Amino acid sequence: MILRNLTMVPPLIRTIISRLLLGVLTLAAVSVIIFSTVSMLPGNFATAILGQSATPETVAAFKSRLGLDQPVATRYFKWVGGILHGDLGESLSSSPGAPRFVADIISSRLRNTFLLASVTALIAVPLSIILGVLCALYRGAAFDRVVNGISLTTISIPEFLVAYILLISVAVRMRWLPTLSNVKDGMDVAEWAYRITLPVLVLTIGIVAHMMRMTRSAIIGVLSSPYIHMAKCKGASQARIILRHALPNAWAPIANVVAVNLAYLVVGVVVVETVFVYPGIGQTMVDAVRTRDLPLVQACALIFASAYILLNLVADIIAISTNPKLLHPR
Amino acid sequence: MAEENATIEKVESLPSGTKRGPLLLTIRNLVINGLVDDTAVPILRGVDLDVHRGEVIGLIGESGAGKSTLGLAGLGIVNEGCIIVDGSITFDGIDLRNCPESVKRHLRGVRVAYVAQSAAASFNPAHKLIDQVVESSEIHKTEPRKRAVERAVTLFGELALPEPARIGERYPHQVSGGQLQRLMTAMAMNCAPDLIIFDEPTTALDVTTQVEVLGAIRKVVQQFGTAAIYISHDLALVSQMAHRIVVLKDGIKVEEAETRQMLASPEHPYTRTLWAVRSLEKSAAVAARPILDIRHINAAYGHVRVLEDVSFAVPRGHTVAVVGESGSGKSTLARVVCGLLRVQQGEVVFDGTRLPPLRKERTRDILRRIQLVYQSADTSMNPSHTVRKLLSRPLRLYFGLKGSAADQRVNELLDMIEMSGAYIDRYPSELSGGQKQRISIARALAANPDLIVCDEVTSALDQVIQEGILKLLMSLQKELSLSYLFITHDLATVKAIADEVAVMHRGRVVRFGEKNAVLSPPFDDYTQLLMSSVPQMDPDWLDGVIQKRTGDGTHA
Amino acid sequence: MNTPNTTDISSRAKLTLGRRSRFRYALRKAPLNVKLCFAIVAVYLFAAFFANLIAPFGESELVSREPFAPWNDINLLGTDQLGRDVLSRLIYGARNSIGIAIITTSIAFLMGGTLGIIAAFFRGWVDQVVSRLIDVLMAIPGLIFALMLLSVFGTSIQNLILIIAILDSTRVFRLARALAMDVAVSDYVESAQVRGENLLWIITQEILPNILPILVAEFGLRFCFVLLTTSSLSFLGLGVPPPMADWGSMVRENASLVTYGDITPLIPAGAIALITVAVNFIVDWYLQIRGGSNG
Repeated sequence: MILRNLTMVPPLIRTIISRLLLGVLTLAAVSVIIFSTVSMLPGNFATAILGQSATPETVAAFKSRLGLDQPVATRYFKWVGGILHGDLGESLSSSPGAPRFVADIISSRLRNTFLLASVTALIAVPLSIILGVLCALYRGAAFDRVVNGISLTTISIPEFLVAYILLISVAVRMRWLPTLSNVKDGMDVAEWAYRITLPVLVLTIGIVAHMMRMTRSAIIGVLSSPYIHMAKCKGASQARIILRHALPNAWAPIANVVAVNLAYLVVGVVVVETVFVYPGIGQTMVDAVRTRDLPLVQACALIFASAYILLNLVADIIAISTNPKLLHPR
Repeated sequence: MAEENATIEKVESLPSGTKRGPLLLTIRNLVINGLVDDTAVPILRGVDLDVHRGEVIGLIGESGAGKSTLGLAGLGIVNEGCIIVDGSITFDGIDLRNCPESVKRHLRGVRVAYVAQSAAASFNPAHKLIDQVVESSEIHKTEPRKRAVERAVTLFGELALPEPARIGERYPHQVSGGQLQRLMTAMAMNCAPDLIIFDEPTTALDVTTQVEVLGAIRKVVQQFGTAAIYISHDLALVSQMAHRIVVLKDGIKVEEAETRQMLASPEHPYTRTLWAVRSLEKSAAVAARPILDIRHINAAYGHVRVLEDVSFAVPRGHTVAVVGESGSGKSTLARVVCGLLRVQQGEVVFDGTRLPPLRKERTRDILRRIQLVYQSADTSMNPSHTVRKLLSRPLRLYFGLKGSAADQRVNELLDMIEMSGAYIDRYPSELSGGQKQRISIARALAANPDLIVCDEVTSALDQVIQEGILKLLMSLQKELSLSYLFITHDLATVKAIADEVAVMHRGRVVRFGEKNAVLSPPFDDYTQLLMSSVPQMDPDWLDGVIQKRTGDGTHA
Repeated sequence: MNTPNTTDISSRAKLTLGRRSRFRYALRKAPLNVKLCFAIVAVYLFAAFFANLIAPFGESELVSREPFAPWNDINLLGTDQLGRDVLSRLIYGARNSIGIAIITTSIAFLMGGTLGIIAAFFRGWVDQVVSRLIDVLMAIPGLIFALMLLSVFGTSIQNLILIIAILDSTRVFRLARALAMDVAVSDYVESAQVRGENLLWIITQEILPNILPILVAEFGLRFCFVLLTTSSLSFLGLGVPPPMADWGSMVRENASLVTYGDITPLIPAGAIALITVAVNFIVDWYLQIRGGSNG
């Protein structure tokens, strides 16, 4: 068994390696884009930030602080080199003598966001896969139509509406939950859970609707294959058809669905964190954009994009490693 | 071809009534409706069918006749979106229409099995073949896995699969289409069911592969004395397998008879149309100078050589049929002639001048004089254009005709293809299959071409409609002195329409010449194989072929 | 020709109708909720076109000294933080929010659609270059990319429209390319090439009509997405700059009322939700009625 698998491994490994390389390449390309958008700064950017009263000297000082006086390539490699060493640069909000490093600003907030997104994912992923499978099984039936209607409505509603409706009803009127989710370091777990319930709920509602709709169509795609019909003709039970015949072929599309939606979650946190004043990286980025703190914006964008690329990479690798044609080459 | 087979006795062919086993499956007045856009469309309109133990029933009809639906009804399955409106289905005393799903489930796979058309799609890509072959016995716990596997290996041997003991360890994508079809038969046979439903099991295969699969299927069915319903659109095929044949048309049984009797004296006029094309035969044409001369061409897709040193000529006013199996390069040849693929070597001479290799380099007049008609009218006509737009566009492009002059010409063209001006504002989706193919022929005619390249133009159509199209092409040829380069895989069509025949195999022309010379012995090996693989309207044909091949071992 | 006799009366009736009347026929037969959705869209469009006629006050007119006035007879929905009439701003918001979304989506389709069809038709290196570029752009989450660009270029309506349009055009490109790819390799396009048709004819007459219905449906979906994105940005204070009335900004401006349990800020949010829900249901229905036919 093991011996045979060993002989069959290469094409699989080859595909995974090429996919990993592609991921690294994408990440590099994305870093170039993120970097160069800042280099595309309109000429009057410095004056726009420093105000009309800026003297040529202050503008020059500002530019040298951003490193704009150096050649582009040098700056890029310096930037990337810094990132690889955990140095994300200095925030524009730092004043002379009191430097604020991007890495310091971000680190604790990154953890907060990661926790928020993970809790949401832990609830949303199983829930939506189960709902999606159920809808696919009973497609056309009342259950499917009701869930379809609700999910179609949910995906059409802006997150801040969902957030405010819950805020008014659950937090303000019923006073069950806090209106603010201002978690702090060292908070005990119960308090922490109490404070993040609302944001998790809002994120879950948005993401479940998307994810279950996509799971539903992925499963329906698999269920319409002739081999499912064949299994029916062999007298397989519904459970066996789903578990043995549909699921092994549905991992790839489901992994894709999950990745796409977790990536969507990455974006969703921005709005939700702002509504609930949750000290996460999304809120940080919004504030940084408002104050045009470019190094901070760059760092946040790079983090979000990396998470996004990583998720898609994982989905692809799951799809690759469940593909029988690659697992068992000719 | 198969004349000398009279000596071979078909063991299971029974005179009517005698030795027939007890009734196994009884279908009475079955009415099944399908739902299309919320409206019920009848698929079966009151069909009766009896299958006795050990008996093979052939179920034949055109696409849409309801034969697959009837076959599945034997398993107590109706396709999604279909409902049983009336009638009864009784399998060995069990009422399949009213019994609970669990009862039906316990029949499926064990007592009634199913063999689907597309084996490649019907095997689950995620599991080993052997696991799927013995799955029925696993689901229904009929016997220990070890016994089921042993039995499967024996069946693999019976079905002449290579390496019977090991082939089951492979995955579906690791074996060929013909092997998969045999594996699926093994899967159906594994629990030794009383009844197997074969739904067009060889339609997706090439003719030469088909013979082997047919032979294997028939051997095991006979050996185990299994009853079967064999569904096909090809009467010649069915007559090899079945004791009794049932003809379906539009959801109604129009005729039922013992195989030999039906072939000898079909009663219903519709049954006779089932061999419509076989009754056509074009008489020899007079010699003429070539309009198209293909000289030593080589062509390739990437590094894969598809055509090797292909040469032959199409005389003016003649039809040259290019015949071969899938992958023989015959369609590539059509693409080369139409300037869609660059040749690596050689040249194509049209009406005395050398054709530029690609269409972009050809003048509009050359493009006009060589027209192409595709296999599928569905895909070759823009679904968002009306018949008027489809037919008037070439008139505008080549002759600058527009307005009422174009309309008049469009009406003339519709007359030529035996359709009327009433169709002028229809979209392709509002026409039947035969009408669509006529419109695409009219579109070629609109260009006043000298040569029409016909790429499998009739192979997607039912027999009667094929006959109509072939007759139309022949009368147009006479009227307009057209030349045809006719690509096909079907020898009956070749006989019907060709003056000259080129037989292609693996990118080479293995035989070319006047039709009667090509289709008469002595043959080269491949033509021999091809000719002998085409099912004949003779219930003893398959015996003869198998006998001969195992006898002298000619087959590749 | 003997057609299999499977067409019943209603589908025969459909056969004789032209495409446009067939759509009208389907609309008449549409379920009630779809008709309701069409009505909602009509009301919104009416409000957007005639905002200056139906709004009781001006867009940024200060009508009350009292900020956050409660609902009353003069200001039906009260006033906002500066004392402007919320109802009037809601109506003007229809013009601004929907207008911006439609302009943005149109630009996205014009760019993405054209590029997609060109890439699909030419394939080869043109397709490779454009597709890889789009891949990289799509590797950055849309809202994040938008935030970054806005921080660089600053917030203004033009920047907002252009940035969202460019980012959204990547999705349109993917779809248009995939659809056109299917059509471009079809026999009827090849047949047009063999006939000697030029590029313009092939793109406008052979490819476009066959991918248009799905692009139309996608336009509806992308419109919703763009509306949600621009509203989210406005809500974050990075979209439509004041004093323009925009639903997303209105939610933000009145957000502090939420902590008092006042639902006024939910009204503009609800306005966004209602039209996106309506458009989504219409698209869902449209795809369903087209489901069986070609394309």
